[in-house]
Amino acid sequence: MATEVMETTESRVNYLNNGTTVKSWLLTLDHKRIGLLYLFSISFFFAIGGIYATLIRLELITPQGDLLTPEMYNRVFTMHGVIMIFFFLIPSIPAVLGNFLLPLMLGAKDVAFPKLNLLSWYIFIIGGCLMLYTMLSGGIDTGWTFYPPYSSIYSNSQVTIAGVSIFITGFSSILTGLNFMVTIHTMRAPGLTWFRLPLFVWAHYATSLIQVLGTPVIAITVLALAFERTLKIGIFDPKLGGDPVLFQHMFWFYSHPAVYIMILPSMGVISELIANMTRKRIFGYNFVAFSSLAIAVFGFLVWGHHMFTTSQSMYTGMVFSLISYAVAIPSAIKTFNWTATIYKGSVSFDTPMIYALAFLGLFTIGGMTGLFLAALGLDVHLHDTYFVVAHFHYVMVGSAVIGYLGGIHYWWPKITGRMYSEFLGRISAVIIFIGFNLTFLPQFVLGQLGMPRRYHAYVPEFQVLHILSSAGASILAVGFTLPVIYLAWSIKYGEKVGPNPWMASGLEWQTSSPPPTENFTYQPVVTHEPYEFENVEEIKQARQAELQRA
Amino acid sequence: MPEQASSFALEYDLFYLFLIALTTFFTIGISAAAVIFLIKYRRRSQGEVPEQIEGDMRLEITWTVIPFLIAMFIFAWGAKLYYQMYTDPKDALEIFVTGKQWMWRAQHPDGQREINELHLPLGRRVKLTMTSEDVIHAFYIPAFRTKTDVVPGRYTTTWFTPTRTGTFHLFCAEYCGTQHSGMIGKIVVQDYSDYQAWLRGAPKEMTPAEAGQKFFTSLACNNCHKDQDAGRGPSLAGQFGSDVKLENGSTVKMDEAYIRESILNPGAKTVLGYPHIMPTFQGQVTEEQVAMIIQYIKSIGPKQNEAVAKPAAAAPAGQPAAKPAAAQPTGTTAKPVAQGEQPKQN
Repeated sequence: MATEVMETTESRVNYLNNGTTVKSWLLTLDHKRIGLLYLFSISFFFAIGGIYATLIRLELITPQGDLLTPEMYNRVFTMHGVIMIFFFLIPSIPAVLGNFLLPLMLGAKDVAFPKLNLLSWYIFIIGGCLMLYTMLSGGIDTGWTFYPPYSSIYSNSQVTIAGVSIFITGFSSILTGLNFMVTIHTMRAPGLTWFRLPLFVWAHYATSLIQVLGTPVIAITVLALAFERTLKIGIFDPKLGGDPVLFQHMFWFYSHPAVYIMILPSMGVISELIANMTRKRIFGYNFVAFSSLAIAVFGFLVWGHHMFTTSQSMYTGMVFSLISYAVAIPSAIKTFNWTATIYKGSVSFDTPMIYALAFLGLFTIGGMTGLFLAALGLDVHLHDTYFVVAHFHYVMVGSAVIGYLGGIHYWWPKITGRMYSEFLGRISAVIIFIGFNLTFLPQFVLGQLGMPRRYHAYVPEFQVLHILSSAGASILAVGFTLPVIYLAWSIKYGEKVGPNPWMASGLEWQTSSPPPTENFTYQPVVTHEPYEFENVEEIKQARQAELQRA
Repeated sequence: MPEQASSFALEYDLFYLFLIALTTFFTIGISAAAVIFLIKYRRRSQGEVPEQIEGDMRLEITWTVIPFLIAMFIFAWGAKLYYQMYTDPKDALEIFVTGKQWMWRAQHPDGQREINELHLPLGRRVKLTMTSEDVIHAFYIPAFRTKTDVVPGRYTTTWFTPTRTGTFHLFCAEYCGTQHSGMIGKIVVQDYSDYQAWLRGAPKEMTPAEAGQKFFTSLACNNCHKDQDAGRGPSLAGQFGSDVKLENGSTVKMDEAYIRESILNPGAKTVLGYPHIMPTFQGQVTEEQVAMIIQYIKSIGPKQNEAVAKPAAAAPAGQPAAKPAAAQPTGTTAKPVAQGEQPKQN
């Protein structure tokens, strides 16, 4: 796509070897290094969240609460949720891949505010350390939803510190969103008009919008909770004159859009993977781009669908249900367009494509089961059961995490300059797919049968399905561990690659792998639509040159 | 599918199966299309560039409009079912339920009390009025396909008609603390004769209305809320369910929630013509006692003469006890009379 002659000579100095001291990393202003700092931080939190998940699945193998005490179990599932959502999923794609790729895709040297970008990471680390402190000093037992008056008055756990941690971490998210929006507005290369932007950029623009507008609300909400807990100011507890349902409105006003903070970037990744692995421009580019914005906007208007059984008025429920169906349409449009893109493409079977396909299937299930929960009469039965647990894991893991992993595999050669074992990549993608479905499909059935969520012990008739789910989780654990091993291995031993090993389109593939600190050694100028694969001869020649050098 | 044991279950299950079929159709459809394309159009040579397709407006419109219509159909069906579930039934057996960490307590109209069990007659409409003594709980009977949050500080209601005898699970579905998973119980649905036998044999105390009358007197509510509008507070006789004119000009229906609010926070909605002089009873009465007082207020009829002590705390509209049930219509009738009564206070 872009222009200019491709930079085939590998730069001697790239962002990785340009300074190797600890200080050169901790004080770096390079968006690529900051992206990697985030990669290590959130991988660490993912591992902790994973350990908690393991404990949950072990406990639920038997109906009696025998492995953990009730107090411990409640802390374990709460910490699993809090860490996975606030310290892994929300930062995942934007902070790692977004930071690394956005300036590259825009043909820019860096984000608009590099120092602010580093500050975001430090804020994240401060919030993260507080959360680790919370964890080590006993954790919290309120559920990640923090519903008062339980959380504000009755719980004997570190709710206040956890709230402060989330409050602080939120600023990291706000600043990243702000930085990305300004970057997209002001740092595009000459010729890179809005409709020539890769869909990854559109998705991040929509995400940033939610981060900037939504996150302050959760910050205020947890602060209000902390005030009620420490100062006994009556905001939510009826005994102090407050209203507990008010909290739910405020909490979900952020936390529903937060689901889109997790899924929109993943949709952006999938658009890139499908276009580039089929060497075909995205079918209905405008529809896919605008559906991201539609999701960001409508996402703010559906929070009440978490409260259909919470005594809000029947007619309020109906309005929220109706709008929730409106937000389902843009997701459906995206799914159809992705499928249509594969039609008559040149489809590669490489690892990123396997992840993209897994995403298509799992996201369809995750999205369709959302229709059950938005249906008022059905939600009455399914609300707060394992059906909900299964649904949001299909969206947050089956879609958001799968997209993240697909993106990591696709851009890995760009990030490191090396290729991982394709064989292991495909195998582990398939293992994750199988393990995931085995873990969470039985949970839909459990929910329909009436198993409530957050139960430490349960009635014996649910045991078979819980055993299936735990078995699936053990397969999933293998699937998540494998990439850590072979990706780490590839950093040292992987085959070196040239600028564009996938023969993909996009400015990020025009510069060397890994890119130099300043990203491009020339000023890129864009003269084409996105996903332009026409100049294949040129790419072929480049490939030839690469092979000869190797 | 869990057992179908209430009048909602059949329609719920049909709806659920319809959505399962729809989900299966789309998931298999999209996956099959993707897999077929994947195989048919697999990459044959390294550098090939397939024919590029920009998009197709007709297709885009098709796959926007059809999902939209399907979504609207699902919305309408879901809303219809929800409407049935959340519209109060007529002539229901009214039971009062309190959630408390970590148990369920129920009060039957005839005075039977139960903990973590609820006996119900087959085929009779049952309405539950619920509140919590502490944190939020949710009253969930999977076999009935109903669930309603039980929220401290307010009343929530739910209703159903049991359609099958047997014992069913009762779960707390809203996370409520350490023993959340232990806050479970049994719903026992019995046919008429068994249910009557249970009613006779169950531990029985005063009916809630009788107990309520006792509290009404012991808390000295009757000093002000007399059977006629001669007291310092408005009379409550025969007022339940009627519209009450408030000091601030608005109107409120005298229902459970209003009475409860007026007992615990009397200044919130004072009745026209009656200045706010009533003290709060917050902290002096439990939720169950409030419920009993409400049952008593519901039970006192319009006949002024016999009532010993009328109404309770929250003083609803001042209507002369003499103006009986006919006063129901609205505040219009009630108001002039109330004003006529004037000086309620000293």
